[in-house]
Amino acid sequence: MRIPPKASQAIAVALLGGATLLTLAVLVFVIVFVLGKGLPVINWAFLLDVPREMGKAGGIFPTIVGTLVLPLVAIAIALPMGVGTAVYLTEYTRPGRVTSVIRFGTDCLAGIPSIIFGLFGYIFFVTILRMGWCILSGALTLAIMVLPTIIRTAEEAIKAVPNSYREVSYSLGATRWETVLKAVLPNALPGIVTGVMLSVGRCIGETAAVIFTAGTALRLPDSLFDSARTMAVHFYILAREGISNENAYGTAAVLVISVLIVNSVSYWMMHKFISGRSA
Amino acid sequence: MKPVGERVVEWTLKGLAFSALASLLLIAVFIFMEGAPFMVRLGVKDFLFSSDWRPQEGHYGIFAMIVASVWVTLGAMLVGAPLGIAGAVFLNEFAPESVRRVIKPMIELLAGIPSVVYGFIGVMVVAPLIREHLGGAGLSVLAAALILGVMILPTVISISSDAIGSVPRSYREGALALGATRWQSVHMVVLKAARSGIAASVILGMGRAVGETMAVIMVAGNAVTIPHSPLDSVCTLTAKIALEMGSAVGLHRQALFATGVVLFIGIMVLNGLAMAAMKKRSART
Repeated sequence: MRIPPKASQAIAVALLGGATLLTLAVLVFVIVFVLGKGLPVINWAFLLDVPREMGKAGGIFPTIVGTLVLPLVAIAIALPMGVGTAVYLTEYTRPGRVTSVIRFGTDCLAGIPSIIFGLFGYIFFVTILRMGWCILSGALTLAIMVLPTIIRTAEEAIKAVPNSYREVSYSLGATRWETVLKAVLPNALPGIVTGVMLSVGRCIGETAAVIFTAGTALRLPDSLFDSARTMAVHFYILAREGISNENAYGTAAVLVISVLIVNSVSYWMMHKFISGRSA
Repeated sequence: MKPVGERVVEWTLKGLAFSALASLLLIAVFIFMEGAPFMVRLGVKDFLFSSDWRPQEGHYGIFAMIVASVWVTLGAMLVGAPLGIAGAVFLNEFAPESVRRVIKPMIELLAGIPSVVYGFIGVMVVAPLIREHLGGAGLSVLAAALILGVMILPTVISISSDAIGSVPRSYREGALALGATRWQSVHMVVLKAARSGIAASVILGMGRAVGETMAVIMVAGNAVTIPHSPLDSVCTLTAKIALEMGSAVGLHRQALFATGVVLFIGIMVLNGLAMAAMKKRSART
């Protein structure tokens, strides 16, 4: 039996729309579930107190500090490398063998799962370089993990800077580096910041790459050579070892809210940036 | 003759430009250096095709973990690929602009939710549902496949959406001009033209599913056995590494790195396939 085209279209649209709705429903459920269970746990004491009894009681303050510091250091390391790469690829070379090799490396790096980064960070930074479990080991590992994101967004942002900006700069007698520094990068800044925000979001939610490199110490870290625990790791340990479901929910809620804020800002910036260009 | 400063800058940038490639090589070298010699000493065949994993007695066989990873990944694809492709088609071809503008950012946000959170939802919500309605322990291949299927949705949707969006408008107009309905033009013309990009999105999703660790540890149950049904508990390659890494020393640790080597090779093969599919697409357009 042949279904008339009009009817098959109606069926198809209903199914496709249904699938999209289902996806959205899952998203809404995840967020509502976590916030619904977690928000009642959150208060100032929970945010600003130190954990007691391995996190069974008390707050999560040191893990908030860990979650702030680790991505910050990671970005401080990855940003010069990533933007440098992007500037080199766009302003200093033409597409050719070198650029395609670099791009291949970046693409491959982007596909590596975080547990592999964790293994690498553990063997290289923690063990071979004898840095031990510390913020710096974790941040270096995360920096490598987010490098592809930073390279790609910076590249897009730099490519979107109109050529006339460069020409004006050259015509004023500027050198290539002066042009990059004063004409190209300032105009590419919103795009670069978007990449940074996306990377921060990824670092905040990361567990596998962090737990084997930055460790799980619950103490407030004194320096970059101290171990620290991020919220994601803390949440994982609370949930997995069944220490406290209540505090796990609370931590999850703070974690999800932070990630949502960071990602919304980067999404909003990306779109503002794109529409600003096309206008 | 360029000034010295300019040349220093250029060389510095050139050095930085190789940072990603150098990192990739460094990762490969150190994972292989820790894991590959062990694999060779034990015998690649014994390592890959034995299901006997008892580190205390010197038995290191990862076959059950390989099977578990394959099952969980394929299950996740059964959930994530149809849903994701359907979502991408709907958003690109049928949803009004206003709907798309709301839904797309929401789906991007789905990508930002940390994997531990998905894992926890799997434990608290999905596993109990499976236990009550289908039987078994709840923590199972099925639970892992459902959670991972959702986790790969943003990857599948955003990449296949790009692929569908880059199909030239004239293709659609041609089909419509021949009297095709909207849906006929979509499934006969647009999807055919976008198929390599869609394939790439599915393969990249697979890569994510294979590599996902924390969520799987929490929901798959972590029993080192070859599963006989979707309700059986399994331990994937990634889960085994993460579970035992903290306490492993000596040969045991090398065995985990060897497991990492297998995982690394698997992921690289998947990424290579996805890149090839993407290249095919950009060559055409």
